[in-house]
Amino acid sequence: MTNTTTPPVHGYDELDRLMGLMTGDEKHGPAATSTLDVLWVLYDRVLRVSPATADSPGRDRFLLSKGHGPMAYYAVLAARGFFGEELLSGFGAYDSPLGHHPDRLLVPGVEIGSGSLGHGLPLAVGNVLGLRAQGLPDPRVWVLTGDAELDEGSNHEAIAYAGPAGLEQLNTVVIDNASATYARPGGIAARFEAAGWSALAVDGRDHEALHAAFTAPHPGRPHAVIARVASGR
Amino acid sequence: MDTMRDRFIATTSRLLDEDPRIALVLAEISRDGFGRAERAHPHRVINVGIREQLLIGAGAGMALTGMRPIMHTFASFLVERPFEQVKLDLGHQGVGGVLVSAGASYDWPAGGFTHMSPGDVALLDTLDGWTVHVPGHPDEAETLLRRSVTGDDRVYVRLSLQSNRVGRPVQGRGFATVRRGTGGVVIAVGPMLDDVLEATEGLDTTVLYATTVRPFDAAGLRRAVGAHGTADVVIVEPFLAGTSTAVANDALTDLPHRVLGLGVGRSELRRYGQMPEHLMAHGLDPHSLRQRITGFLHL
Repeated sequence: MTNTTTPPVHGYDELDRLMGLMTGDEKHGPAATSTLDVLWVLYDRVLRVSPATADSPGRDRFLLSKGHGPMAYYAVLAARGFFGEELLSGFGAYDSPLGHHPDRLLVPGVEIGSGSLGHGLPLAVGNVLGLRAQGLPDPRVWVLTGDAELDEGSNHEAIAYAGPAGLEQLNTVVIDNASATYARPGGIAARFEAAGWSALAVDGRDHEALHAAFTAPHPGRPHAVIARVASGR
Repeated sequence: MDTMRDRFIATTSRLLDEDPRIALVLAEISRDGFGRAERAHPHRVINVGIREQLLIGAGAGMALTGMRPIMHTFASFLVERPFEQVKLDLGHQGVGGVLVSAGASYDWPAGGFTHMSPGDVALLDTLDGWTVHVPGHPDEAETLLRRSVTGDDRVYVRLSLQSNRVGRPVQGRGFATVRRGTGGVVIAVGPMLDDVLEATEGLDTTVLYATTVRPFDAAGLRRAVGAHGTADVVIVEPFLAGTSTAVANDALTDLPHRVLGLGVGRSELRRYGQMPEHLMAHGLDPHSLRQRITGFLHL
C-alpha cells in the first residue's frame, strides 16, 4: 500500500489551476498556499494511503489540524484522486461538501473535521494509541498544525504527553510562517525536543528537504518537522 | 456497600479483560484503582496525566480507529473543562465514546465549588445525540455501564456518592413506575428516589424512577399522566434545577400542563460541610421536597 503504485490524477504543476477552481483566480492567500508543498510531498511520496485504501485499518492517517484555508488540501486530495475536480468549483457553497473548514463526514479522504485550532494533535495521539492497542504498529499518523496554533493549550498537553509516552508512530508537521504573536523562546524545534520528540526544521518549499525530514528515522520518539514558509509564495 | 465509583472500577477492569475493543482513558483520577488493569492491558489503559483536553481528544482519536473508549475523571473536568473537545472531537467527528464521571453535584461539599458540577447534564443538553445515564445505586451503575460499552454512540454515565438503599432492575431506557396515584406525577432521577419516596409517602401521586434521562422517556411520562386532560409534573434531579423541564414540556405539548423542576440551585452556596447539609440547602431533603411537591400539586 504505497502511493508509488497509484499515480496522481494531476501533477504538482496543476495544483495552481485546481486551486483557481475554488478561488476564481490563481492568486491565493498565504494561509492557503503555505501548506501546499508540504501537503504535496506528503501525499505524493510519504503517506501510504490512496482512494482505494482510504478506509483501510492499515492506512497512514493525515490529520489536517490547521483547517483554515483548506484550498491547497482540497487541491491535493483532488490531484490524488480522492474526489473529482468538478467538486472544487462549489467551494463554500450550500450544496458543496467542500467548506472553508473541512468536514470528515463530507469529504472523501479527510480524516478529521477541523477549523477550531488545537484539536488535531490530541486526536492524532489517540489515533496512535488506538492503532497500537489493536496491534497495528505500521501505520503512521501525520498531523499538520500552524506555528500559531501551537499556542493552544491542548497542543501543549499532546506534545508533553506524546514524547515521554514514546509514540513513534506520531508525526507532526508545523507550518512555520512566523504567525504566532509571541514567538517561542528558543524556537519551535526546541519546544518539541524538550518534550522528548525528534525534531527537524527545514525549508517548507524545498521538496527534497521536506522528504528527507519526513522520512528521517526517529526510533522510540514522535517526530516533528518544522517547515519554514515565508508569507506568500 | 461499595460506591458507584468502586463499582465502575471493578466493572471496567472486567470489561477490559472481556472485550479487546474497550479502552480506558484516565487523567490521574481513579488511577490507583486501575493498577491491575493497567498492568494487564498497558495499551488499553491510558493515563494522560492531568490533561483533560487530551483526555477527550485522545479518547476520540482512539474511537476514530475503531476502539470503544471510556473516558473518566471528575464531572467538572470531564464535561465542563474540555467541553469543546466533547462537542467537536466526539460529536463533530461523528464518533462515540463513554464518559464516566465521579463527583457529581455535591459529593464533596468540603471540597467546595471547584469540585461540583451541577450543570453537566444541562451543558450536554446543548449537544445532539447524547445518552445520559444517572444511576441511583452501584448495581444500576454496573448495568448501565455494561450497556453503554456495547454500542458506538455517545454516552454519559453520571456517578455519585449519593445512592438509594436498594438497586432496582434497569430494563430498557424508559422510566419505571414505582408508585401509582391520581394527583400528579413525580419523576425521581437516579439517587433522588429514596428521598422522593419518603417525601411523597401517603400522597396520592404517581412516582416514576428515571436512571436514563436522555433520551427523555416522553412516551412513559405521557402514559403516566393518563387521560385526565391536564398534567401536573414534578421532576426531582440531582443536578441543576430545571435541567429536564424543557424536555418534559415537549413531552406534554398536547396537554395543558405545569412542570416544576427541582434540583440544585443555580447560585453558588459557598458552604462546605456534608452532603445532607447541601441537600437541605437546595431544598432536596425529604421534608423540603414534601412541602414543595404538595404546594405545587395542591395536595
